[in-house]
Amino acid sequence: MGSFLSSLFSSLWGSKELRVLILGLDGAGKTTILYRLQVGEVVTTIPTIGFNVETVTYKNLKFQVWDLGGQTSIRPYWRCYYANTDAIIYVVDSADRDRLAISKSELVSMLEEEELRTALLMVFANKQDMEGAMTPSEISSALGLSALKSRTWAIFKTSAIKGEGLEDAMEWLVNSLKGTTS
Amino acid sequence: MNILKGYKKDDEESGGNPFLRLEKSAVLQETRTFNDNVINSRKCATVLTKVLCILNQGVTMNSTEATEVFFATTKLFQSKDISLRRLVYLAIKEMSTIADDVIIVTSSLTKDMTGKEEEYRASAIRALCTILDASMMQSIERYMKQAIVDRNPAVSSAALVSSLHLCRKGSGDIVKRWVNEVQEALSSDNVMVQYHAMGLLYHIRKHDRLAVSKMVTKLTRSSMRSAHGYCLLIRIACQVMEEEERSSNSVLYDFLETCLRHKSEMVVYEAARAMVNLNNVTARELQPAVSVLQMFLTSAKPTVRFAAVKTLNQISMIHPEAVTTCNVDLENLISDTNRSIATLAITTLLKTGSEASVERLMKQISSFMSEISDEFKTIVVEAIRSVCVKFPRKHHILMTFLSSMLREEGGFEYKRAIVCTIITIIEENPDAKESGLSHLCEFIEDCEHVELATRILHLLGREGPRSPKPHRFIRYIYNRVLLEAPPVRAAAVTSLAKFGASCDSLLDSVLVLLDRCLMDGDDEVRDRALLYFEILKQKQKALTSRYILSDLTVSVVGLERALMQYCSQPQETSFDLKTVPIETIPVGPAKSIGERTPGASVQKPGALAASKQDVYAKQLAAIPEFADLGPLFKSSDRPVELTESETEYVVRCVKHTFNKHLVLQFDVTNTLNDQLLEEVRVEVEESEGWSIVTSVPIPSLPYGKPTSTYTLLEMEDATQVSGTFLNTLKFNVRDCDPTTGEPESVQGFPDEYVLENLEVVVADHVQRVIRPNFAASWDEIGDENQVEETFALSTMRDIPDAVNQIITFMGMQPCERSDKVDPDKPSHSLLLAGVYRGGHDVLVKARLARSAAQGVNMKITVRSPDMNACEIIAGAVG
Repeated sequence: MGSFLSSLFSSLWGSKELRVLILGLDGAGKTTILYRLQVGEVVTTIPTIGFNVETVTYKNLKFQVWDLGGQTSIRPYWRCYYANTDAIIYVVDSADRDRLAISKSELVSMLEEEELRTALLMVFANKQDMEGAMTPSEISSALGLSALKSRTWAIFKTSAIKGEGLEDAMEWLVNSLKGTTS
Repeated sequence: MNILKGYKKDDEESGGNPFLRLEKSAVLQETRTFNDNVINSRKCATVLTKVLCILNQGVTMNSTEATEVFFATTKLFQSKDISLRRLVYLAIKEMSTIADDVIIVTSSLTKDMTGKEEEYRASAIRALCTILDASMMQSIERYMKQAIVDRNPAVSSAALVSSLHLCRKGSGDIVKRWVNEVQEALSSDNVMVQYHAMGLLYHIRKHDRLAVSKMVTKLTRSSMRSAHGYCLLIRIACQVMEEEERSSNSVLYDFLETCLRHKSEMVVYEAARAMVNLNNVTARELQPAVSVLQMFLTSAKPTVRFAAVKTLNQISMIHPEAVTTCNVDLENLISDTNRSIATLAITTLLKTGSEASVERLMKQISSFMSEISDEFKTIVVEAIRSVCVKFPRKHHILMTFLSSMLREEGGFEYKRAIVCTIITIIEENPDAKESGLSHLCEFIEDCEHVELATRILHLLGREGPRSPKPHRFIRYIYNRVLLEAPPVRAAAVTSLAKFGASCDSLLDSVLVLLDRCLMDGDDEVRDRALLYFEILKQKQKALTSRYILSDLTVSVVGLERALMQYCSQPQETSFDLKTVPIETIPVGPAKSIGERTPGASVQKPGALAASKQDVYAKQLAAIPEFADLGPLFKSSDRPVELTESETEYVVRCVKHTFNKHLVLQFDVTNTLNDQLLEEVRVEVEESEGWSIVTSVPIPSLPYGKPTSTYTLLEMEDATQVSGTFLNTLKFNVRDCDPTTGEPESVQGFPDEYVLENLEVVVADHVQRVIRPNFAASWDEIGDENQVEETFALSTMRDIPDAVNQIITFMGMQPCERSDKVDPDKPSHSLLLAGVYRGGHDVLVKARLARSAAQGVNMKITVRSPDMNACEIIAGAVG
């Protein structure tokens, strides 16, 4: 009886884990964000060769979060993990003005993928704690986000080191997913 | 839950084992389940097991398929199920070589290897090390070092063993940097860690002889806990002893002796086996080893008995007398229920026992011959071979036994061992020849192995004509022409022709038979038959001797190269066989019975591998200075050492003889790691009759890399054969950094080093050839050019000694086994064949007789188409 109730309940709300990809250029702070989300702490990281995968729980929702390495040599493998993705967190190093153009082209080509057609997009303007960091609106226009027509997206001002902005982003994600799944 | 239930049901319906008869495409399709959003770990584990299963059954996946499966498998990292994760590790290892881009799991594995989950760590290390290439090593170096000294023995062992694999994959330089950690692991409390650490440490140091010997000395003094470690140490110690002088290493020998008293049986056995395998071990030194092995013979464990009897069997090949003390225990093992043990016991007894016991033992073997495997039957055959040598009088009973074995079922290797044994017996023991040949004849009547049939036919062609009743073989041989496959028919035709050439009484009949072969369906058979038919029809002794009885004496590899060269550059003249280098015959008796490795005495098929001389010829041809010298006639058998082996510079010389020139090849090794030598050359002092044409120096000679410099000498006239040369090694020295080899000083200084004298002798100008029918070749040359001389050889002890020395002086090949001397006879005749520089055949008959006073008297007759060659050879002795 109890198990029947619980299975009924879970089928109504969040029977499946939601799949989130964290992408972005190398050194943007993807792995730090992943573990900040999972354990709430800053861990020391080394460049990710391959991927890290963790389960993150937020407001009773389970997210299966994939952090894929951002080095040039690893970017081609991102597409192997696109299938069934619910949301993408695209991380940008706000202090790295030089490579913003590369970041944009990677983002554009990724969004063209058929498998990611329905995925939500969150852009994290990360490293806001650094001096000379660009503002979210600067990044938004540099990435050409306003041109996105058929996609639900948002940009957030974050600092993974200080833990700022992540809460807001997760809140937005939960609300947006409720909107799309129910 | 529902899925799980359904799955179980499926299982039962398909008859239990889901891993029987797996289809690759079906399995590949099933791996799609790995991509599901929610992982069903139970189901995925089964599918992954199926993948592993088909891979291990030898199903091949192409790299696209494998990569697809691999990437799907990486998705399973999201599951926390321990057993699934460990299967994932296995799959990664299995597919690391067939899938592309396997580095994608690096981060995940690194995390598992350093994480909190103890169950993951060891396996993650092993998997990680299989996917890394040298360029990625840097990133995990720190973690590997930590893992090697980890407190968890499983982790430490995994890291050590993986490091060993990394060394083999070419990352040895990086692993070398972990030597301190490995040292620390060596003192671990855990026996497995200790063993693995020692293995790795040895691997890191094995190219540094000094370091290895230091390590061994140190470890033999400390007492290790790991029995496996002891075994490994024994093996390393043996290697060290082999490389060093035996006498200087009594410490290691004592170590082996103490190991004989170790509490672990494994260590004791390993030590005993090590002693047995030492070079030049004497029977007395073997005694302690034999007595522990004897104790093992009565052990309750079959493996221990087997190991002991196998090693004793090995000893009995070289030192039968050392094993006689175990005879009583070995007798008891004859009735052992384990047939392998029984076989080894009997064959050991055959070698150690007396002549009287041979019959009894043979009877016992025959009682269970049918119960043992081919491999052990081969051991029995080997034993019989050595018994035949020991007790030639018993050949009758042994030969009967062998022939009955030939008639039974058995694989090729086994049959070949029997045939080889019979052939050896025939060659060693003339009394056994008749019966041996007729057994072989019967065997080829029903022989499915082409290689053996052709070999026997060749033997019949050689030995048959000389038997008292040659005609009785003809029927067997001609049956082959009628019944067998083309290669056997061709061999049979050749064999027939040899009978025709050697036995006048059979010539007409052979001609009739060959005439019938002219219509054969196979080209080779027809060609051979026609050639032999026409030659035999001429009835000229010289012709038949040259084209039927003599074999091709040139090197096959050399002939191939010469023909290719001839074809590539069209020439006016026809091809001359004399320009082809003559085949080098290995020095010394082919293989004696007392050889260390039983079973290996069977010659390897396909002797077409390039001989040493062919390799030299190729190297020399590549040097422009030597391009006009013509074909290489002979290279000296082994290099002459011109320095002591432990000096700063090691120089060895190989002499290459050409038609009118001599090339001295000096192999120079620089053994000083802080010196770079430049412009290295050997200065040869001219001696009478020789002039130096040119020399080829070594521009730069770094530490430890042997390189060759050459000096070209011209022989001023054809009679010039011998000389002594004074040599000096001259070079420029530059100091360099021992580790990098980079020179430190800009300019070097000239230096020189005096070498030992080099002798050039008659033998350097003569190439050995085999003349299967010496008498025919002798008559063919005729007595036009003949030199006869008589010598009193007072310095030679006895006839065998004289025979050996004459062969060495002349550098010629003994024919018809005339180098085997019966020590009881007062006289002996020695037949030698060779080719003198320039392609002149030379044959020598030497009558040796024991002298009344001292030494040996010798009368030699030399025949050659070239008078000059006759005189030089005749003058070689004395």
